[in-house]
Amino acid sequence: MKILVTVKRVVDANVKIRVKPDQTGVDLANVKMAINPFCEVAVEGAVRQREAGRATEVVAVSAGPASCQETLRTAMAIGADRAILVKTDVELQPLAVAKLLKAVAERERPMVVLLGKQAIDDDSNATGQMLAALLGWPQGTFISKLEFGDGVVTVQREIDGGLQTLSLTLPAVLTTDLRLNEPRYASLPNIMKAKRKPIEELTPEALGVDVTPRLKLIEMREPPARPVGQKVASVAELVARLRDEAKVI
Amino acid sequence: MPSYRAPLRDMRFQLEEVLGIESLRNLPGFADAGGDLVAAVLGESAKIAEEVLLPLNQSGDREGCRFADGVVTTPAGFRAAFRTFAEGGWIGLSGDPDYGAQGLPYVLATAVSEMMISANMAFSTYPGLIAGAIEAISRHGSAAQKRTYLPRLFKGEWGGTMNLTEPHCGTDLGLLRTRAEPRADGSYAITGTKIFISAGEHDLTDNIIHLVLARIAGAPAGTRGISLFIVPKYLVNGDGTLGARNGVACGSIEHKMGLRASATCVMNYEDATGFLIGEANRGMRAMFTMMNAARIGVGLQGLALSEIAYQNAAAYARERRQGRALTGPAFPDQPADPIIVHPDVRRMLMTMRAFTEGGRALLLRTALAIDLAHKDADAEARRDAEDYAALLTPVVKATLTDLGFESVNLGLQCFGGAGYIRETGMEQFVRDARITQIYEGTSGIQALDLVGRKLPAHTGRYLRQFFHPLDRFLQDEMANPALKEFVSPLARAFARLQQVTAWIGEEGLKDPEQAGAAAADYLRLFGLVALGHAWAGMAKVAAERLASGTAEAPFYTAKLATARFFMAKMLPDTAALQARITAGAAPVMALAAEAF
Repeated sequence: MKILVTVKRVVDANVKIRVKPDQTGVDLANVKMAINPFCEVAVEGAVRQREAGRATEVVAVSAGPASCQETLRTAMAIGADRAILVKTDVELQPLAVAKLLKAVAERERPMVVLLGKQAIDDDSNATGQMLAALLGWPQGTFISKLEFGDGVVTVQREIDGGLQTLSLTLPAVLTTDLRLNEPRYASLPNIMKAKRKPIEELTPEALGVDVTPRLKLIEMREPPARPVGQKVASVAELVARLRDEAKVI
Repeated sequence: MPSYRAPLRDMRFQLEEVLGIESLRNLPGFADAGGDLVAAVLGESAKIAEEVLLPLNQSGDREGCRFADGVVTTPAGFRAAFRTFAEGGWIGLSGDPDYGAQGLPYVLATAVSEMMISANMAFSTYPGLIAGAIEAISRHGSAAQKRTYLPRLFKGEWGGTMNLTEPHCGTDLGLLRTRAEPRADGSYAITGTKIFISAGEHDLTDNIIHLVLARIAGAPAGTRGISLFIVPKYLVNGDGTLGARNGVACGSIEHKMGLRASATCVMNYEDATGFLIGEANRGMRAMFTMMNAARIGVGLQGLALSEIAYQNAAAYARERRQGRALTGPAFPDQPADPIIVHPDVRRMLMTMRAFTEGGRALLLRTALAIDLAHKDADAEARRDAEDYAALLTPVVKATLTDLGFESVNLGLQCFGGAGYIRETGMEQFVRDARITQIYEGTSGIQALDLVGRKLPAHTGRYLRQFFHPLDRFLQDEMANPALKEFVSPLARAFARLQQVTAWIGEEGLKDPEQAGAAAADYLRLFGLVALGHAWAGMAKVAAERLASGTAEAPFYTAKLATARFFMAKMLPDTAALQARITAGAAPVMALAAEAF
């Protein structure tokens, strides 16, 4: 069984991000980048399946500029066997990524495409669902447990009301929640091995996918600064202000 | 609790832009160390330092190591953290690939060590001592000894120690009494007591490989009769499995000022089976080849503690609001300004920063020399690099630990009263840093090593490896307008260094006490000039980057500003040091010993 696992290069979770002065997006100049934490969970989940003997190969795939190679090396240091980079400098939106992944999945024919449920940069939470629809495969999103059976996979989903267990026919698209696992620290020997593992480069053109952006970002703003706290004289005043000004009760 | 973010940008600046390790691709191990790999290795080890080791630093200090019935228990969490570190293969970063290590450059291993020490210096002593044992066995062990011990040491399955000190002999090892009686099977029976043995006993590994200095029966007195032995805690069977417990046991552990999570042991040897490593009576020589790396490693501790103290002091100074800026309120809407507005707080932070970044440049340059001394294809280049490392070792050790201690102390000072309270963690850095000025040879011993051994060695040959490149740098850059503000003060300080070197050469020859009284000041002067050279080199790179246009202007601009601070506020100490040195030994030695 082959698992295709997707990785996205995002701003490191520890970086305090800033909006560009012209409000056209987040300032990425000289900002530390890292693998999206949800994708890291997905890679760890895929590698554990191979280590347990249930998967035979784990292929990491990313789409974006050449610098995504570094993120793919991170995935291979965790344990992915090889990698594919769909190289493009065009700003990619979820539907374009889903179409690229569909094309890659059709070439690679995996039993499972494992994605992070969302990326911490734009939190779209859309690519996995779109990919499932495009492929016509069943989807299990926000999973915190998975277990493979004969031609099926049973997943536990984290949903608003609690936990939901689904059984899906393979091949399937799965997206991970953070509680699926705790990713390992890559070992030094594996970091060095990752350097020698192959990264195949494709382009959207070669895959026959039009990645032109279809959504337009009008403006990006920092959230308003939190106003200074205020003291109230009595409980009655507090209740009144919560009701009349804050309108929360 | 203190926070820590590994200074990855500065490390890459030093390794890639200042030292240019990419250009050394032809050396063994360096071909792998291309940009991507350096970034990946530094990035992953930073995660371990920040996420695994840092959270155990304060708790480890409070809990300390416990001793009962010959068994040492390390603080909670240390075992799991050690497994993460060892199983990650980090102990074997720069070791020999023939025995399962990764063969990467020592200079890269040094950068990784810095992060581990910053995050948890006490923890770092355990892998640090393993590295010492690896170094001894790699350099002096037989093929069979290497096969038996190195792979398990690289994996961190076994620990390592260095046993030199005895109750009556520390610095003066010629006095040591531990005996080694030859046995018929070629092994030796080792008997004696060693003290201050870091990681002598602990619960992190299945076995501990002790390297022990002892005197073979009938060997000459003094340092010429000392041999080095491997004494495993558990004897190792022919098939590599562990055999009987050897005659070595921990008698007690010390209760120390700092570094409390690192077990400092009294080790009792009683007819313990030991195996000679290297030649009989040549143990001191074997020990000294390891001493350079160990001393540079201690210098690194001074620097690494300064880095984390600086980070926390800077963060506190930006947050803590007290009083107003001298030029009027900087934040009129707030009841007070953050203390970073004050020039005296800036003075402390800039001193820490200039020391830390300059020290990192100097230390990594020295670590690279150790790589070159082993790996350069050209024999003359190897010797030159070895000369440089030998000369700079005492300078790096004493300067980075003495100034490192001053730096962490300034970090505590920035916190005011809060720094004296355990909670902030700043006083732990001061306590932990204090030992670095003492062990592996006190700062005073380093000064004597520099003046008494390294300066006169081979009629001043070592010195040329520092003086000539510095002289060339000054000649080359004298006319460079972008560097004039750095080159001029450095040239003045270098002239002072040359003058006092000549003075010591002359006066010391007539009266060794002149050299002895000048030694500590001389080493500091030397250290400041070496830091100045490092800063001028960094300023050159930063000025070039800014001139050719860069998206990282704030980083390089800060480098230049910090270089200016060093030249203007720290390097002038060389003038006072010169005056003190040339004032001679008389004021120091004037009183009779009975008058004290």
